Amino acid sequence: MNENLFTSFITPMILGLPLVTLIVLFPSLLFPTSNRLVSNRFVTLQQWMLQLVSKQMMSIHNSKGQTWTLMLMSLILFIGSTNLLGLLPHSFTPTTQLSMNLGMAIPLWAGAVITGFRNKTKASLAHFLPQGTPTPLIPMLVIIETISLFIQPMALAVRLTANITAGHLLIHLIGGATLALMSISTTTALITFTILILLTILEFAVAMIQAYVFTLLVSLYLHDNT
Amino acid sequence: AASEKKLLEVKLGELPSWILMRDFTPSGIAGAFQRGYYRYYNKYVNVKKGSIAGLSMVLAAYVFLNYCRSYKELKHERLRKYH
Repeated sequence: MNENLFTSFITPMILGLPLVTLIVLFPSLLFPTSNRLVSNRFVTLQQWMLQLVSKQMMSIHNSKGQTWTLMLMSLILFIGSTNLLGLLPHSFTPTTQLSMNLGMAIPLWAGAVITGFRNKTKASLAHFLPQGTPTPLIPMLVIIETISLFIQPMALAVRLTANITAGHLLIHLIGGATLALMSISTTTALITFTILILLTILEFAVAMIQAYVFTLLVSLYLHDNT
Repeated sequence: AASEKKLLEVKLGELPSWILMRDFTPSGIAGAFQRGYYRYYNKYVNVKKGSIAGLSMVLAAYVFLNYCRSYKELKHERLRKYH
């Protein structure tokens, strides 16, 4: 049971060719574009949703920060769609791979921090020392703030990976438990099945929330630095 | 001649020559994918009252393809006495 619990997380290859590329590119098929003013229902719904999210997320930024709108909206769409697609049976979720989340988190965080250092050097360096600290504590606090700055990309990546992987594993385990319990005691199996339903609802929420949190944090790092 | 006929109008004896006449260059294959995509899109999604069926058929096909991909590992989990 242990080996096949984790087989859903290995990179999909077919005859030695990376199938994972196709799986990562698949969500782009689900977001068609349209140049018309009044398009079909599918495109209209997506455009409405995207407008809602971008207004809510980018309103706190100044004009320099709002140049990142395209990047952040693509980010939230990508993470949200890959997480939600991963909830389908037998599918592979790219965001369970730490390599991919690191690849998303580190460049975005580094871009925000380096923009801050280049354009507002004094203010960025001042972030390392919160206001009103007593003088003897200053050296320690600078070290702590530096560590907390450098841990931001790691936390971004690991948070997303751990949440999605843990959710998938729980679904696998409880689903397997329900199946095994059906022949032993039907009532317990029913209880376990209810737990599975609740867990699936939670996973839908987590899929979208994680996308939101990732993007929100990147936008906060951006806000600090523009 | 078997040139430029649609597949359903090709006679069985002409099938090999018809297949060999298709455009297998990269741009030809890309064109085939593009045509297939727009055929599906314009039939099920880009209509006045598109329903959930347009999206769910795609997702069902995705689930099916993933099942085929992971069949090798899944067949060990069947309820059989001898695997």
